[in-house]
Amino acid sequence: MKLPPFRYERPASLDEALSLLAGSAADAKVIAGGQTLLPIMAFRLAAPSLLVDIGSIAELRGIRIMPDRLEIGAATRWCDILGDARLAAEHPLLQAGIGHVAHYQIRNRGTVGGSLAHADPAAELPGIAAACDASIVIAGPEGKRTVPFDEFFLGALTTILSEQEIIAELHLPRWTPQRRWAFLEFARRSGDFALAAVALHYLKDDSGRLADVHVGVMGVCDRPCRIAAAEAILNGNEPSAELVAAAAAAAAAAVDVDDDLHASQAYRRALIAVLVERAFEAAEMRGG
Amino acid sequence: MNETRPTCVNGVAVAIDVEPRTTLADFLRHRLGLTGTHVGCEHGVCGACTVLVDGAAVRSCLMLAVQAQSCDVVTVEGLSSDEALSPLQASFRRNHALQCGFCTPGILTTAHALMRDEPDASEERVREVLSGNICRCTGYVPIVNAVVEALRDARAARGKEAP
Repeated sequence: MKLPPFRYERPASLDEALSLLAGSAADAKVIAGGQTLLPIMAFRLAAPSLLVDIGSIAELRGIRIMPDRLEIGAATRWCDILGDARLAAEHPLLQAGIGHVAHYQIRNRGTVGGSLAHADPAAELPGIAAACDASIVIAGPEGKRTVPFDEFFLGALTTILSEQEIIAELHLPRWTPQRRWAFLEFARRSGDFALAAVALHYLKDDSGRLADVHVGVMGVCDRPCRIAAAEAILNGNEPSAELVAAAAAAAAAAVDVDDDLHASQAYRRALIAVLVERAFEAAEMRGG
Repeated sequence: MNETRPTCVNGVAVAIDVEPRTTLADFLRHRLGLTGTHVGCEHGVCGACTVLVDGAAVRSCLMLAVQAQSCDVVTVEGLSSDEALSPLQASFRRNHALQCGFCTPGILTTAHALMRDEPDASEERVREVLSGNICRCTGYVPIVNAVVEALRDARAARGKEAP
């Protein structure tokens, strides 16, 4: 369908964008790549009176490598992440996961902030954020606040963002090169949202025991999350087929979605168990 | 961004004088009469409307015309001259890579971007990139063959030019 009518503004600075939002009706929306918002508007599920385009705001773009973290501007596109040669060493899990986002053309427009703001439980970036201790920097009328991802993402399509706020940055703790990792996703067609996906990373101590295990899942709950029960099984132990199978079973038990159009709950449970086992296998083969 | 930079479509400066809600696809087709850009699904699934914006393949149904202000847009009409097909288009013809032709403009623009940015792309990469374009006629095999052949020909031509 054709888009409903709206006003359009393209501010040059974050401050200008914030004052546009502050001075407008509550149904104003922020747009950058528009790869989620425009389909929503085409379906007439949303009809905002004003679109504030943050695509010209230089301070919202780019990937900065700081001593203790990566800072990724909200208007950074998927293709910017995939094309950044530094990230192969600086955050290989991020780059691998983003490679699963939608299609080539979408990855040339879609942005980090758009994915976070729309909060799809099956989307890759929120899943990576949940699995990697991310935090979100939010700019609002009163200045900026930094929020841990778990507090940011409230549930399917719901975040703590107010109508007057704009996501400014995603922060990820610096990667350690000896970390082992894998990102595995199952979707029915290339580019579709995942029926289930796993982002896994951990360290191994000198005696081969697992440490600091992170098991993140997406597509299987109302929000992407870590599976504490699976992590507890793995942490402090030497990996074995039985141990990994127990962790996979714990992940399957944590699946909290009912049957839907795409898959039954039983299917998703089986899928997440298989993905956890395969992810662990891939991480071990890749080494640290 | 420099607001004074003109918007160019296939090398010609144009004015974007449409409502904000006009998609880039509708602007190209209805305002400029460039009907080579096809509109299939209007929500970013089919890939038929793919054009190049500042060199990047994007879905023109998921971009507002006003967002293309000061950008350089290339549509399927801009890929070759009226006199001759581009090497990629010629390869499509040789390989019977189109039947009804509805999806073809989006696939040609996408593959042009791929060939320019990744001249050594593998067949697997070609398939991955073209996964964002739906074709209901060909079964994709001749399309993939055409792009792979065009990439191979371009590499061979480059080899000859090398000293």
